[in-house]
Amino acid sequence: MLADVWLVTDKDLRIEWRSRVTLSQVVPFALTVLVLFGFALDANRGVLNAATSGLFWLTVLFVTVVAVARSTAIETADGARRALLLAGIEPAAVFFGKTLAVALQLLGVEILMVGGVLVFYGTTVESLPLLLATCAVATVGIAASGTLLGALVAGVRARETVLPILLLPLLAPVLIAASRAFDDALGVLAVDGWAWLGLLGGFGVVNAALGTLAYGRLLEEA
Amino acid sequence: MSAGTAGTGTGAAGTGAAGTGTGTMSTGDRRDEAATTGSRGTRLLGLGVLVGVVALILLGFFAAPADDEQRDAVRMIFVHVPSAFLTYTALLTTAVGSVMWLWKRSRWWDIVAHSAAEMGVIFCGLTLFTGSVWGRPTWNTYWDWGDVRLVTTLILLLMMVGYLALRAAGGDENAVATRAAVVGLLAAVNLPIINRSVEWWANRTLHQKSSLTDGNLEDLTLFTLFVGIVVWALFFVWAMVHRFRIGWLEHQLASVELEAALVQRRAEASAGSAEEASL
Repeated sequence: MLADVWLVTDKDLRIEWRSRVTLSQVVPFALTVLVLFGFALDANRGVLNAATSGLFWLTVLFVTVVAVARSTAIETADGARRALLLAGIEPAAVFFGKTLAVALQLLGVEILMVGGVLVFYGTTVESLPLLLATCAVATVGIAASGTLLGALVAGVRARETVLPILLLPLLAPVLIAASRAFDDALGVLAVDGWAWLGLLGGFGVVNAALGTLAYGRLLEEA
Repeated sequence: MSAGTAGTGTGAAGTGAAGTGTGTMSTGDRRDEAATTGSRGTRLLGLGVLVGVVALILLGFFAAPADDEQRDAVRMIFVHVPSAFLTYTALLTTAVGSVMWLWKRSRWWDIVAHSAAEMGVIFCGLTLFTGSVWGRPTWNTYWDWGDVRLVTTLILLLMMVGYLALRAAGGDENAVATRAAVVGLLAAVNLPIINRSVEWWANRTLHQKSSLTDGNLEDLTLFTLFVGIVVWALFFVWAMVHRFRIGWLEHQLASVELEAALVQRRAEASAGSAEEASL
């Protein structure tokens, strides 16, 4: 099972490495959104600084829509989904493999974005462990629900527009929890950031469990 | 009380609809036959809803007294509380229907889930609308981000709208049902997490703790609220039955059309081979 998970992750990451879609399109997109937030909220660093956490995670949500669409496109092209089914790999392993691949790519983008807000928004990091833990836990939940919905909309004609309206409301609790944890990690607000991680973890577990159960059906039918 | 009149309007249209019982469209030849979603049972139920709405208007606007603090705004609960209750009933029904489709592949439950989701969106919108209108005189604001139930319900509305959009996007009937069922379940299982996150985030709540149990309401107000819940629940059932029957007819129409297309193709094919033979 674990070997199969890594097989799928490795496949997705290798496709990414050869096509460099994340590197050449998703990363610039994330940085563009960060810069545009700067324009929208004035050059006043006080406002930007106070809003950094929320803007950061809102950008991550937008990036997720793009990354999941890409992860799904890999399987829809050339009937790759059929081949994946015929390969005799457990659907749950496919689900976790693709989730891991999306999570690793998102984490890479997030690290670059942290650099972006340090430079552009003048943010300072107060607790690096909390910052890294928030990124890790939140990203797993985001990637799991994203991968599930990605497979779900794969066969829909208007999937480009259906995916965001399904995914973004679902990720609302992640936006709330990860932003508050970041508020603590960046020293913006005096809240207990670690408490929020529990909620992020709960979100990840619930959605990964549902994904494990439903992914096979979606792969075959939807 | 615009919601009340809207309900009456639909009720009148539905119960007045002429028809000859539930139409069955089992074969292609009978497709032109008029089909209706009305039956003796639903007409009686619709009549009951109409009478109930009239009674609710009389009770709500004239019999029930104004509240000491909220004054006439208190009358909003006769619509607000039942709609909120029915929103979550609808969500639960959609979740059960989704499980039954995934588990038993029951078309019946799939259509129930779809119908309930549509009803849920209507009642969820009504809940938010009446809540905002009530909040303006009472809290002095239409919207308050600090209120947990309000914000949770809004996110629920967005998710249910997404569910209907996914359904509307179309495709193979079975695939649509499976996709929608997973989304319905996602919404239901994530609702507690959403509620908890908003609760921690807002850290305070303006919402009435529970007017029902704190004994602040007058007896007649409480009675009217009870009547309101019953009347709106009956309307919910009435509309659900009609919506379900429409869904069922749509499902049958889809198979009839497929059958007709197959017959046509076969006829074309045999005509083609006959032509070839004569050459």
